Formats: sequence, C-alpha cells, structure tokens
Amino acid sequence: MSVSEIFQVNKLVTGIPGFDHISQGGLPMNRTTLLSGTAGSAKTVFASQFLAEGIIRFSQPGVFVTFEESVADIRANMSGFGWDISQWEKDQKWLFVDAAPQPSESLLIIGEYDLGALLARIENAVKKSGAKRLVMDSLGAIFTQLTDTAIIRRELFRIAYALKKMGITALMTSERIEEYGDIARYGVEEFVADNVIILRNILEEEKRRRTIEILKFRGTNHKKGEYPFTISDTGIIAIPLSAIELKQHSSDIRITSGSEELDKICSGGFFRDSVILVSGATGTGKTLMATEFMKGGVTNDERSLLFAFEESREQLFRNASGWGIDFEKFERNGKLKVVCEYPEVAGLDDHLIMMKRIIEEFKPNRVAIDSLSALERISTIKGFREFIIALTSFIKHQEIAGLFTATTSSLMGGSSITEGHISTITDSIILLRYVELLGEMKRGITVLKMRGSKHDKDIRELTIDYAGMHIGKPFRDVAGILTGNPHQIFHSDIDRLDNMFNNG
Amino acid sequence: MSKFLLKLYITGTTARSFKAIENLKKICGEEFNDKYDLQIIDVLESPQLAEDDKILATPTLIKILPPPMRMIIGDLSDREKVLLGLDIQKK
Repeated sequence: MSVSEIFQVNKLVTGIPGFDHISQGGLPMNRTTLLSGTAGSAKTVFASQFLAEGIIRFSQPGVFVTFEESVADIRANMSGFGWDISQWEKDQKWLFVDAAPQPSESLLIIGEYDLGALLARIENAVKKSGAKRLVMDSLGAIFTQLTDTAIIRRELFRIAYALKKMGITALMTSERIEEYGDIARYGVEEFVADNVIILRNILEEEKRRRTIEILKFRGTNHKKGEYPFTISDTGIIAIPLSAIELKQHSSDIRITSGSEELDKICSGGFFRDSVILVSGATGTGKTLMATEFMKGGVTNDERSLLFAFEESREQLFRNASGWGIDFEKFERNGKLKVVCEYPEVAGLDDHLIMMKRIIEEFKPNRVAIDSLSALERISTIKGFREFIIALTSFIKHQEIAGLFTATTSSLMGGSSITEGHISTITDSIILLRYVELLGEMKRGITVLKMRGSKHDKDIRELTIDYAGMHIGKPFRDVAGILTGNPHQIFHSDIDRLDNMFNNG
Repeated sequence: MSKFLLKLYITGTTARSFKAIENLKKICGEEFNDKYDLQIIDVLESPQLAEDDKILATPTLIKILPPPMRMIIGDLSDREKVLLGLDIQKK
C-alpha cells in the first residue's frame, strides 16, 4: 500500500451536475468545506442543492442551519427548483436549525459565552434525521449577531470538529466583499475549514458570468481554476469544459457529408466522431453545407439534429426546399430535428445547457450548428471560448459528428474570431470563399485540414442550383484566393517561375 | 413588585455554567428577595427546548416576566449591566 493510499481523503459525491467532475469525486468526506462568494453568487442555492441532491439521489438526509434567511424564505425560494422542503421536513429527511436573528430580539452580551446551545441543537437534528450532510448558511450573520470574532472562531472550530466526529460532510457559506480579494469578510472563516470553494458572479463587458473555483482541498485532488456554471430550473449546473476530452476514443468509420463530390475530396467522407468547421463569408454556402449534411444523415438513416441561430424555421425550410431537400418530410419521419433559437433569448451558458439537453433527448448521430458566429455576439471572448470547448468535448464524448459554421467578417477571405478559438479543436476545416475572376463572382471551396486522413488540396469551384451544391474543377492560374485577393497568373509568369528554378 | 420569571440555558457542568448560575442567584437573591422563579436548562439534556427557544449561545438568560422579554448572553459577570438588562431600577 502506498503512502497516498493510506492518507487518502474519500469524497462524497454531491450529485450537483458538473461539480463532482470538477472536484474529482465530490466534497471531502467527513470534513467541512467553506463556500465563499459575494452577495448574489448563489451560495444558498448551492448549499440547498447539496442537501436536496443528497435526499433525491442518495437517500442521505440533511440538516440546514440558517443564520441569515428565515426558514420560511428558504422553503419558498427553493421550491422554484422543484425541491419540496416542507415534505422532506415531514419525512425527517431535511431538518432546519433556525439560528436566524429573531425580529424582536434585543440582545445583550455580558461576560464570556460559547455556542454550546447551537452545537447541541445541531447534534440533536443530526441524530433525529440520521443526516450525512449539513449546511451552515451563512457564517457572516453570526458575526453580526455576536460580534466577538475570537470566540466565534474558536466555537466554529469546535463545531467543525464535532461534525467530523459525527461523520458529517458539511458546507459552511460565507460572504466576500470583492470577487478577487480576501476569501471571506471576517478573515477567519477560511481557517475553520480544510477546504475552500469560491463562487463568483462577475460583470464582464456588461455580461454576467458565474464561475466556481475550488481554491483548496486539503490532502486531495481537484481541478484547478474557474469553471462556469449556470442556474437552471433544476438548480446549479457546473460546466467542466474540456474535462472529459481525454476519454474519447476516435473511430475510423466514415460518414457522408451529404455531397458525393465533397466525400470524394475528403477521401471517403468525414470521420464519424469528428468535428468539422465550415468557415466563409455570408452567402458562400454555409447554411447549404449544413443542410446537405443533414440530408446526408437522414438518407443514411441517421438521426440528424440542426441548431439554427441565424434563420427562422420557415426560412430554413424554404431554403432547403429550394435546394430540393424536404425538411418537413424528414421531420415527420422522426429522423430530423430542427431547433431554431434567437441567440439573444438566453445567455451562452443557458444555450449550452439547452443544447446538451436536446442532444441527450434526441440522441442524434450527427449535429449541425448554423452558425457559431451568431452565438459569439452574445458573449465575451473568454466565455465564447469556454462554450466552444465545452460543446465540442460534449459532442465528441457522445461519439457523434458535428458540423459548425462560422462567418468571416470580411467578404473576401480573412478569418473569423470563431475560427481562432475553434480551429485547434476541430478535426476538419472547410473554407468557402468568394473568388473574383475576370469580373465575375464565383464561389470556391477547399478542405484546409482533415485530421488523420488524406484530402484533396485544390481550391475548387462551388456552384449552387435547385439540386443543392456541386463542386467543380479546381481554379487554375489563380493565386491569393484564401488571403482574399485573388489574381490571375498568366502562363508567361508560370513559365518564368519554372525557368527561374530550372536555370538555378 | 411583580414576580420575575427567568430561564437560564447552560451547557453541561462546565465552569462557565456554574459561574453564570452563581452570578445570577446572587443578583436575584439580593434584588428580588426570592420573589422569582428560575428555570435552569441544560442544552445537552434538553436540546429540543433550546431549539424551540432558538438559543445559540450558552449561557443565555431569558427574562419572560415581567414584560418586555429580554435576552442576555454570557456568564453575567457584570452585575450593573445585568440589572440594566433586566430593566431593574437601582434602589
């Protein structure tokens, strides 16, 4: 047995979605963890959810010690997440220890005291319910009630020690004043707990971003850094970003892109669990590629899912029928699902949760998103990068193919911000470009990269008609298409170049 | 003078508990001429009573009668302050 095994700290799986992943297994068992955050950082929600998930998922009763909010308020506020605390109280699964200040109470302190009564009440509640989990919310309020910091610190130690002896895994919440400053307001809270978690609610470029960070877990591992989380109608959902990326294994099964010609260029199609980025200016055929990708799936009897953030359902269906593709029929047969949303209706985190939920429900074989750039509008650069990483790793984890489109800002060439964030994560990149030739606008397509496979490196002409897209011959004698200044090269130039090297 | 009804919460048989009881009995004996009822509650034996009265700290003294209700936390080591806290005018 190794040293690390002997001193291993066990963890209690909390059941809070995503958190158990970040914490690599949950909260340190039989220990007290400090949960610190500014006002409105969702401390009480997190703490309540810790108890609620314990009851719902693991039949572990819990005790809620409130120093601040009234019991009635907590019951009412948490019912919004579907947690029926009153019923749990009747079943003795959830007990309150009400230590909130009483409205009419005038309090006088004369001489020395301890928190023996509070400890006795906690022990009583733990015994009555058989609790495994306990929450104290929030410590700040007890400091304003009793004022003597030294006594409170000593007494909190005593309570933490008693909880450990009872085999309780506990969360204490505490207020912070700044998002990036002291851990907690009174400067003593963090010394009471072996473990510290920080919740943040940051205003960044006029957008609210919630994150969770595990600052320390004494004697055990956890993921480092801030992870975004969101509050859904079922409580907190933490987003572990790329945490799951390493687990995925890749497959060499090919699937059709929906276009025979494109499959040929890609040496037989996309890989089944790959992520493809299609980048191009507006009108170069990105939505068409996504539509063809859906058609390719449905005709091969695959379940196909399309998230559209730029166009309405009607527009999409009309476009598709203009290219000879009947989305309505596909949907009737249950093979296709089209989800249209305006990016602005929700925050990026909420979009991510929604998309994950739909993917889990519909269980598609392939997913297209048109376009990622529309989602970029509603977020900060950092938030967007996290979104992309989280989404990509989720899709890869499900072993489904994803095709994302991204809009470039300039009509001729150039790259999009989306591309910069995503290009290293994607397995394949397809560029769509306008090409001006002899005074005429043409469309070009090229496969820039395809991980693990040979592909055609030509820039070919793309034409669109009533039957969808067609890929033609490579552009010859044209240079500078990708950089956005296509110009013709004359044969005399080519000859001259050849001669330059031949004559050496 | 109307009768005093007092409740004192303590935790077990600690020095602090005894000190509070001693201090309180002394004050009561001198000020109320034994015209008082004092109930001493050990939270280790009766945690549910502490729960019902929402007691946090020990020792905690509650004056139930005469109104208004008062609550004093601590070992009651300052006689003058205790009297003030119980709304007793010095004779």
